[in-house]
Amino acid sequence: MRTEVRIAGFGGQGVIMAGVIIGKAASLFDNKNAVQTQSYGPEARGGASRTEVVIDDEEIDYPKVTSPDILVAMSHEALIKYMGDLKDEGVLIIDPDMIVEEEIVDFVKEHKIKLYRAPATKTATEDVGLRIVANIVMIGAIVKVTEVVSVDAAKQAILDSVPKGTEDKNIQAFEAGYALL
Amino acid sequence: MVEERFVQGNEACALGAIAANCRFFAGYPITPSTEIAEQMSILLPKYGGSFVQMEDEIGSAGAIIGASWSGMKAMTATSGPGISLMQENIGYGFITETPIVIINVQRGSPSTGQPTMSAQADMMQVRWGSHGDYEPIALAPSSVQEFFDFTIKAFNLAEEYRVPVTVLADEVVGHMREKLIIPDKVDIVARKRPEKVNGQYLPFDAPEDGTTPMPAFGDGFNIHVTGLTHDERGYPDTNDPDTHNELVERLCNKVLMRRKDICSVKKENCDDADIVIVSCGSPYCSVGAAMKKAREEGIKVGSLKIDTPWPFPEEEIAEIAKTASDIIVPEMNLGQLVHEVERAAHGEANVHLIGKIGGILHKPDEIYDKIKEING
Repeated sequence: MRTEVRIAGFGGQGVIMAGVIIGKAASLFDNKNAVQTQSYGPEARGGASRTEVVIDDEEIDYPKVTSPDILVAMSHEALIKYMGDLKDEGVLIIDPDMIVEEEIVDFVKEHKIKLYRAPATKTATEDVGLRIVANIVMIGAIVKVTEVVSVDAAKQAILDSVPKGTEDKNIQAFEAGYALL
Repeated sequence: MVEERFVQGNEACALGAIAANCRFFAGYPITPSTEIAEQMSILLPKYGGSFVQMEDEIGSAGAIIGASWSGMKAMTATSGPGISLMQENIGYGFITETPIVIINVQRGSPSTGQPTMSAQADMMQVRWGSHGDYEPIALAPSSVQEFFDFTIKAFNLAEEYRVPVTVLADEVVGHMREKLIIPDKVDIVARKRPEKVNGQYLPFDAPEDGTTPMPAFGDGFNIHVTGLTHDERGYPDTNDPDTHNELVERLCNKVLMRRKDICSVKKENCDDADIVIVSCGSPYCSVGAAMKKAREEGIKVGSLKIDTPWPFPEEEIAEIAKTASDIIVPEMNLGQLVHEVERAAHGEANVHLIGKIGGILHKPDEIYDKIKEING
């Protein structure tokens, strides 16, 4: 079955890295097919940044997301920009500290969206002690809610992607995220 | 050992170049090809190769031609604006029969256009960009794996035919990440070096099998390499029509005579198809879903994917045109390869263009809608 995931935030939050890790987990460690793409603009930090991952047991032809099954939003601007084509009854995971929730109440109700709140930035800062691992915390939450990749595959992909010497912090971040929901 | 990686197309291209024994890269980084230069700058020193960041693309093309004549397998990577600057030296590469590989990750054009967006804007520039008569070879990947495989193939074809070969990628295939399988062993065509002794060897003669062996500077052969029309010794002979005829016809024929060996297409469901989608490069990604949806409704749709836009697979298109009533050509431009398809179809099938510019790949439904429109 084809699953389309979109993760959005502002540049610098590591959302693209999160997409790469999920794609890598599915492709190399869960033995499924995966394609990862990303918004690609002149902005390096700030502005809306977006990554998309398509995961399928079968071969993937079309590499882009048309209407995501899963949308993850780590900033309000990105949420508003990218939530429009989320599938009805789709999964929406937000970082509540980064989002003005009142603005999406109607959308969630109207489209029967399954809304989850994962305070990834706060958890990264306060529990792990490292704000920059918020993206890895969010991967933990995504895996828990959606099972889009297995826990083992996610951990292996994290270890395969993060700089040497930061493995423990990142696994800790993943587990903290997994425990959030 | 077979290795699996989850990488961008541009990284796969660099890995393919290394696997093909490319040991020299000269380039001027340009979006959306930059990751190729970046990866080559990381990889080449590890393999004893050289990476040079040049002052511009004119110099880049010159540097890889020089490196090739020094015995190296050499490559550059760029996008439309860089390709425009390289044209003069690419022509020099054709007339001096220099094996080089040029990676063109296409973006929105003309001019500097849309640096971060995708296009197939240079399909014809590869064919006719430099002045004069010549027959280019170009390969167009539509997946990360193909970007790796076709880069290796480009090096092999460059050596086999002693021609510049272009890999015509685009932003979509350059930047998407997929699983790449790197085999433990790849087939590599080594450069044919002259066996004759100095004085007997002619660097630009025409052997039976088409390609003249090529020495490297420093091998001890007295040779002359020039962009002027030259005889088989390489000496300029610019006023004799026969010399020019023989040279340029040989340059063209060495590719044209063996077109069948070079051309590669992938056909799916074509045998009973009324409508065939002819695609090349990234738009192929959108064909499968459209074809499946139409087939489920009983519309007989097939797909012909062109791996080698140049030399153009004329016979394969002519054959399709005889059995199908309609051919659809999705292109990320306002119509380039479609003219070749029309020419090859000889009026035997109706040819419909889905030309799309702006930077976004066709959605499968855009192809499906055209199928429905034709089917009535």
